[in-house]
This record gives sequence, structure tokens and C-alpha cells, in this order.
Amino acid sequence: MNYRGLAKEIELKIHSDRPARKWPVEAFFKWGTFAFAFLIIVLLIWMIIAIAIQSQLSLEKFGFQFLTSTDWDPVKGLFGALPFIYGTIVSSIVAIAVAAPISIGVALFLTEMAPKWLRTPIGFLIELLAAIPSILFGLLGLFVFVPFVREWIQKPIGKILGWFPLFSGAPIGLGMLSAGLLLAIMIIPIITALARDIIGNVPNIQKEGALALGATRWEMIWKVVLPYARSGILGAVILGLGRALGETMAVTMVIGNRAEIKASLFAPSHSMAAVIANEFTEATGDLYLSSLIEVGLILFLVTFLLNALARFLIWSVAKGPKGGIRA
Amino acid sequence: MTDIILKSNLGRRKFVNRLMLGIVILLTALAIIPLICIVGYIIYKGLPAINWDFFTKLPVPVGESGGGIGNSIIGTLILVAIASVVGIPIGILSAVYLSEYKPAGAFSSCVRFVVDVMLGIPSIVLGIFAYLTFVKPFGHFSAISGGLALALLMIPIVGRSTEEILKLVPNTIREGAYALGVPKWKTILRIVLPYATKGIVTGVMLGVARVAGETAPLLLTAFGNHFWSKNINEPIASLPAQIFEYAKSPFDDWIQKAWGAALVLIVLVLTLNVIARVITRGRFKNAS
Repeated sequence: MNYRGLAKEIELKIHSDRPARKWPVEAFFKWGTFAFAFLIIVLLIWMIIAIAIQSQLSLEKFGFQFLTSTDWDPVKGLFGALPFIYGTIVSSIVAIAVAAPISIGVALFLTEMAPKWLRTPIGFLIELLAAIPSILFGLLGLFVFVPFVREWIQKPIGKILGWFPLFSGAPIGLGMLSAGLLLAIMIIPIITALARDIIGNVPNIQKEGALALGATRWEMIWKVVLPYARSGILGAVILGLGRALGETMAVTMVIGNRAEIKASLFAPSHSMAAVIANEFTEATGDLYLSSLIEVGLILFLVTFLLNALARFLIWSVAKGPKGGIRA
Repeated sequence: MTDIILKSNLGRRKFVNRLMLGIVILLTALAIIPLICIVGYIIYKGLPAINWDFFTKLPVPVGESGGGIGNSIIGTLILVAIASVVGIPIGILSAVYLSEYKPAGAFSSCVRFVVDVMLGIPSIVLGIFAYLTFVKPFGHFSAISGGLALALLMIPIVGRSTEEILKLVPNTIREGAYALGVPKWKTILRIVLPYATKGIVTGVMLGVARVAGETAPLLLTAFGNHFWSKNINEPIASLPAQIFEYAKSPFDDWIQKAWGAALVLIVLVLTLNVIARVITRGRFKNAS
């Protein structure tokens, strides 16, 4: 880097006889940057207030019933968000159930098992997976993944376990299962990245202790690494859950967009984010719009709480006892 | 832990060790296969759609052959430019305050928490906010509202990464500047930020890549059109929204175009990502 210009300026200042002008640049710069930091807080508060105010109409009309009613009928002016809440929660649970073990496995591979030369390229590929826009997941999901799920997952499972309510119904592809599995692929890189950092924070001295006692590598991981990182990994999974809940485009394209509650994972369903994306610009009437905004408000509050919880869990590991103190 | 000492168990323990190693490798493969499939399949389906007209022509109605998505490519560039002009300064300058002026304290913790929260807000919710603030009062969809919605996504990404990078700038070079009598603001502008340029650029590029592919907020704000946009106060087309529109359609010709647009988008996003990572890697090599 070239600091010569600055050095020259300083030299000039030192050798010049006139006193330096006293512009309040320092204060200006400090309070300028402060203003931007403050702006971020203002933005969030503004966001909460704006969304809350605009959902007032629906809040007053339906109250708590909004969360428990399954009627979503714009023509009659009845709005209940339960089908969307249900669809969001179930598809996210499917996603977490699939993604969490895979992500933890990848994180373990990258931190404890893979040879050094392999860690960077594989970590890089996982990060690239996180960079792919969700609309592309949706596109591929619609044309490739949905038929794949129908032929290779739903039909075989339906044949064997079709009597079980969770797997009953016609294998049409579009639906809860496809959405959940697609979400799983999308959140794997997020959980992996966090879990990798957390597992990397486990003190070496504890791992060495286990190995010195004769533990195999897996025993070291199972009895030392994972217990130490437990709450942090839980935080990572919750953060992944938060991402899955709010995912919009990919889910919209594969979940089937039908506001019904069915026990079967094969049935088409709907989600909170998807209903906003699909109906927002076509919503006629204030109540309809207000109901959609309230769905957004619920989505916001839920992801907010999950994020706060996850940060707390991850933070407790990052600040946790180090080295040999912990038994 | 007594079972660890028993020698008779050793064979079984070694077997479990290998088995779990194998499972972990299998899981890693499971995580990487989708990436290869996605990129490979988009290239395979998208390449036939790519030609000169595809980049330079406007979309045509169903039934007519030819046409392209030129306006969507330009639209995405305009939207990203608006988002960058608004989002990057806010992100970087707030990070400067947090890192250089107030590393600790209630206000800074509060800002950091808010940035974390904003990172986790679903993009569709940001879209609702942008709609309520920038679309509804004016009564029409616009490129500006779309760009501002994307800026909301960009601020926390750029802010977070900039703060992390500024933390890595060694204190000794700040002290060196102070010792020479350089005022603090000039130290920041001339010493600290230049030192961290590579890292900041990386964060900015990742932010740009993220918002370039974002769709959901644009459906509520920029909406889309089928013309060359002349006015940022009017609706504007974008690559992701165009892909969504074409993918939902029942026409083979349009679906074909969706794949072509997907190829353009994925090349754009992955290129930005790869360059960003390469820059950072070079930086860490210098440091060690």
C-alpha cells in the first residue's frame, strides 16, 4: 500500500508554521457514521410499526381467530391463516429433520475427519450452494425435483406405507414433501457453516485428552466434541429453521399452493411466505391486503424470536468455558 | 468410560469408527451432489436458449418465435445499482462507527443485534415493508421501490462483513498513525479502510450476488414489465421475476427462456461469489 501521500501531508503540517485550521471534521465524521448506525435501528423499528399498523384492520376484525381459522375465502371476506401456518411449520420440520443430520455430518467431516487439502474445496462448494438464488431452486424443483420425488420417493413409499396417514394419497409430486426436501437442500449450507465454526471452537486440549485415553476418532467426536458443541449446534439448527420458515420462491413453486390441511405429506399445501408472494399484488380490498400483511407480521415475529434464541445459544458456546476448566 | 479400556471391544469399536466415518463421508456427498446437479442441469437446459437475440431483444408474446430478455438483464443491473448506492454506504459507515468509535457499549450491542435480526428477516417481509413505504403512498410499482427493498437486504450483509474485517485490522497501524499526529477520521479514511479494502470488497460482492438473485420482494415492488425501462419511477423487469413468470407459464417456448435466464443469473451470481472468495484467500495468504 502507498502511504507516501499521507506521509508527505504530515511532513508539511509539521514543518508549516501556521496553526492547523480547526474544522470540526472529527466530530462530523464521528456523528456521521453514528447517524448511519442509528438509521439501521430506526429502519427496523419503522418496519415493525409500519407492518403492525397496516395489519390493524385484520387484527381487529378476526383477532385471535386469525390463527385458528382454516377459512381463507377472499370472496366472502373470511381470512384465517391456519392452513398457511400449518404448511410453513410442517414443511420446515421436514426440512430440518433431513438437513440437520446431513449438515452436522458435513461439519464434522470438514473439521475433524477430512484431510487438510480437501477441506477448502469442499467448504467452498458448500458455500456456493448457499449462494444459488432461491428462484433457481424453485425452477429446478418444479421441473426436475418434483417428478423425481413423485417417481422415486412417493411411489415406493406409498406402496409400502400407504396405509399410514402421513404417506397416504395420490403421488402427485407437488406438495409438502417436495417443499420440505427442497428446503432441506437450501438450508444445509447455512447450518453447516455455523456448525463448522462452532465445532472448530472445541478446545484442542479436550480432543487430545480423549485421544490420549485411547478413544477412537469417532468416540472422540461422540463423547467430547458433540457434547461440548451441543447448544451451539442447536442454535445453528434453529437459525436454519428460521431461514426455512421465511423461504418464499422455491416453496411457492413446489408446494402446490392449496390452502388445505391434510395429514398426508404427499398432499399439496401452502405456506405463509407463498401466500404473500402469490396473492399480494392481486389482493383486492383493504381487508384482504391487511390479512396478508398480518401473515407477514406473524412470519416476522416468529423468525425474530427464533433468531434471538439461536444467537443466544451460539453466543453461549462462543463465550463458554474454555480449555480444561469444563469437566 | 470403562468400555474404552476393555480390549475385547476393540474390534467392534474400530468397526463403529469406520462405519461412522463412512456415513459422514456419505452425508457430505449428499450435500454436494445437489450443487453439481443444479449447475449442470441449468447449463444443459439453458445453453440452447442462449443466442445474441436472447441478450438484446425484448420478450415476445406467446406464439411468436425469437425475442429475448434484454430488458430483464438491464433491469436487474439497474435494481442492483440502486440497492448498492443506498445499501453499501449505510452498511460500511455504520460498521465503521461500530468498529472504530464504539466497539463496546449498549448502543453498539443494540445495532449488532438489529443487524442480526435483519439478516434473519424473510425477504418477503422486507418486500411488504418496501411496498407499504415506497409503493402504496405513490400508488404505483417502481424500480426505486424494488431497489430500496434490495438495499434493505444488502445493509446487514455489507455491515456485518465490514465490521468483521475492520476488527482484523491490527491496532498497531492505527497507533502508528496517531503517533504521527494523524487525526482519527483521517486514520480511518487513509489507513484503516485502505488496509481492509479487499475484505470490504468481498463483503460487497457477496451482498450484490445475494440481492441480484432475490425475487420475492421484487414481486411486491418492481413488479416487472416487457419494455425497455426508461424511468426508474415505473415498474421494471428483473431476471428472477422474469424466470418466475416464464416458469409458471404452460408454454414450452417460455419455459425454455426461463432456463436461459436461469443460466445467465447463475453465471452472474457464481462469478461474483468465486471472485469474492479468491480475493479473500489471497488476503489470508499475505497475512500468514
